[in-house]
Amino acid sequence: MKQVKLTVNGTLHELSVKPWETLLDVIREHLGLTGTKVGCGLGECGACTVIMDGKAVNSCLVLAVEADGKQITTIEGLADGDKLHPIQEAFVQQGGLQCGFCTPGMIMSAKALLDETPNPTEEEIRRGIAGNFCRCTGYTKIIESIKAAAKNMQGVK
Amino acid sequence: MPEYSVIGKPMPRVDARVKVTGQAKYAADYSLPGMLWCKLLRSPHPHARILGIDTSRAERLPGVKAIVTGKDFGGWTWGWMPATRDEPPLAVDKVRYMAEAVAGVAAIDEDAAEEACELIRVDYEELPGVFEAEEAMKEGAPKVHDYVQNNISVEYHWNFGDVEKAFAESDIVREDRFRTSRATHGYLEPPAILASYDPSGYITVWAAKQSPYFPYRHLAACFKLPLSRIRVIQPFIGGGFGGTKNDSLAGDFCAVLLSKLTGRPVKYVESMEEELTTSRRRHSMVVYSKMGAKRDGTLTAIQHRVIADGGGYTAIGPLTMYLAGFATPLPYKLPNFKYDAYRVFTNNPIGAAMRGHGITHSRFAAEIQMEMIAEELGIGPVEMRMRNAIDNPKPGTIYEAVNKVTLKTCGIKECLQKVAEDPLWRDRDKMPRKEGNISWGVGLSGTSYLGGARQMGHQSCAAVVRICEDGTVNLITGATDCGQGSDTVLCMIAAEELGVKLEDIDLKRVDTAYTPVDPGSYGSRVTILAGQATQKAAREAKKQLLEAAAKTWQVKPEEVEIREGQVFVKSDRQKSMPFGKLARIACYSGTGAVILGTGYSSYGIEPLDLTTGIGNGGTSYSFTSQSARVGIDMETGKITITDFVIASDCGRLLSPITAEGQIEGGAVQGLGQTVYEDFMMDKGKTLNPTFLDYKMPLSMDVPGVKLIDVETNDPDGPFGAKEASEGSIVSAPPAVISAIHDATGVWFKELPVTPEKIIRALKLSSRA
Repeated sequence: MKQVKLTVNGTLHELSVKPWETLLDVIREHLGLTGTKVGCGLGECGACTVIMDGKAVNSCLVLAVEADGKQITTIEGLADGDKLHPIQEAFVQQGGLQCGFCTPGMIMSAKALLDETPNPTEEEIRRGIAGNFCRCTGYTKIIESIKAAAKNMQGVK
Repeated sequence: MPEYSVIGKPMPRVDARVKVTGQAKYAADYSLPGMLWCKLLRSPHPHARILGIDTSRAERLPGVKAIVTGKDFGGWTWGWMPATRDEPPLAVDKVRYMAEAVAGVAAIDEDAAEEACELIRVDYEELPGVFEAEEAMKEGAPKVHDYVQNNISVEYHWNFGDVEKAFAESDIVREDRFRTSRATHGYLEPPAILASYDPSGYITVWAAKQSPYFPYRHLAACFKLPLSRIRVIQPFIGGGFGGTKNDSLAGDFCAVLLSKLTGRPVKYVESMEEELTTSRRRHSMVVYSKMGAKRDGTLTAIQHRVIADGGGYTAIGPLTMYLAGFATPLPYKLPNFKYDAYRVFTNNPIGAAMRGHGITHSRFAAEIQMEMIAEELGIGPVEMRMRNAIDNPKPGTIYEAVNKVTLKTCGIKECLQKVAEDPLWRDRDKMPRKEGNISWGVGLSGTSYLGGARQMGHQSCAAVVRICEDGTVNLITGATDCGQGSDTVLCMIAAEELGVKLEDIDLKRVDTAYTPVDPGSYGSRVTILAGQATQKAAREAKKQLLEAAAKTWQVKPEEVEIREGQVFVKSDRQKSMPFGKLARIACYSGTGAVILGTGYSSYGIEPLDLTTGIGNGGTSYSFTSQSARVGIDMETGKITITDFVIASDCGRLLSPITAEGQIEGGAVQGLGQTVYEDFMMDKGKTLNPTFLDYKMPLSMDVPGVKLIDVETNDPDGPFGAKEASEGSIVSAPPAVISAIHDATGVWFKELPVTPEKIIRALKLSSRA
């Protein structure tokens, strides 16, 4: 077993993990944060996307030991109490979700994009979520949601 | 048109908030104390006899609690109809496709369960396999099921009118062979189940099922328990699209049996590789299509001979083959139609249902062939379709097709007109045709799909509307929202009927211990049928509320109205109270202490006639016309799709955001099966069982989508609604193929059309 310390959604956790366990295992199995989804487990679908030190990562491809000392944000860490994050609010209003299984990962990719590029072009939005499959929406309303979120977040500043 | 407060308004989904916050729990998110993990051992051979299974080494592995094999299910098998119950939970005497499950292990964690699977010894005697449907039908081909002649799993021969006479009298007759791909659903949530077997004889499962009353029946039959003791609790579902999540799987039966044997809850979550090698995918079909027309383009006859790769078991195949035939006389007038269908067993994974079920194959063939005929006759694609399209029946009248499929509304002509008037089609010649190596093309289609599907056996949806004393409402149905948005639509229907706000309706997801039995989410049936049930249940509850209000105000019930949460006397607005107050009055002193409304659907309950193909397969029919613009790199064959314009007649849109999302999503899924998606098979082995190699559309691949709503008001749907989930997956492939033809001059008859196929075809055509 290996000891790791990582901060998830602002809370520091000290955990013993198996060397082969992934960040995804830690998030779901150790911490019980099931908002992060397991799709393919191979880094192909994007359903397990979280933000690690400001970058969107497939948590199934990050070993728990590699996340030692890192700052992690999962979907559970976005809303401020009952108040949704503007990206979440935009997905709700624009219908940017259907079954909801890709949604947490999609929103985390969108957040990483908007944190870095607050006013993205449509091309940049498409590129920002190019690692996240969605089989339900055909992406149209997801792209619209991210556009609306970018606009609303500009308004806040 | 009546004024609605909720219906037709762009309201957010009722489940949006729990989904964007990560609170929505899916099957794999559930855990119980003491829970074990189940893994399955799968066959490395596509066709082999099982001579023996030795589990002794696996049993001795620390952490392993129980192991089951096929024999432990006592010979029980299941299937879609009594006559087709050919599938065992685990293979017993032989395996019929590669990766069919042969044993299940329960262990304290996933690693131990996986390791135990590796320690199980199975003695196989490999058998010659058969992997192409047309080969499998031949005399002397290896038999997948010993009792089945020529591997024919399902066979229909329908004949309407006189095709021979019609072909003889036609000015033009074409014969072509079309083929559809081995496409799969591609949802991101792999199948999963958490099962708990109570020793006193109760089963509780949380499972990723889009039609939870299928496993409800399967589990009762398999474990010989009364239905009243089977509890399927519905988590959120990460996409369905038919097939796999509409059926029971080896992992479901194993998890329950292993729970029974160990006395502990057991969880099974499929890996994506297992999903992609065993999913109950869309059948790959060969369609031999013969079509006749007069010189003016009038269609005279279609004869389809369809051969479908059924894989190792029957599953829902009888319905697939029905659907691939019955809707061929839509959306164009067709006086003569002959259909010979063969679903054939092979040693491939099982062919089953997928969005656009059955119809997408035969309509693809018919659409392309009709355009080929139009081209030969010098008639434009829109003109050809408009000359043949079925007119919208006048209100109160019915259009009857040659096979007695009936339409009360049909917006195909208006859909075609709207798409033809849109700049993408209208101004296509003003757009550049050639830019560098890129050749641009625009294509178009006009198609139909059924809504409110019928099946065999139980048909009705039911709903219960329970008024709480504070004026909030519980809506209880057996319907499942697997992502399509039906929970939102049903809540909107209840809110509209009761006259309350959408947020006052709380929908309870399926728990078979409490919710009414329901056929399931397939065939675009939920809005129409569970919608009608909800409408009736809400009306019944409202009747009781109105009676209570009338008594309070000493007026007649019909003088009272409820709108947007306020109750009032129509002629005297002074007499008014909030809905919550009326609810309390009614619950405390009304016709009963409990205000419950119940309702069930009454549309579409005649059974399907599989043998003759006569009659309706759906309650009503949607119509779609779609255009697409594509660019083809004439050197590399690379395909770029820039635009879709889709006009849909979905009756009245109840929830516009939800319906739009369905149409956009269906079209992009249809795009995938047109230009990307296909399982590459080598003697039963799936060569591309990952999302890296089984390519689905990503955000960079999809076109801009413009939607046009063509509204009809169908009498057989709540508030005039028809289906909105599957029409665009049928319209997309022919529109894209037609656009590729426009760009390249080549007609492609086999899906998917990949860059390799384009290059090969361009080389051939330049040689010719």
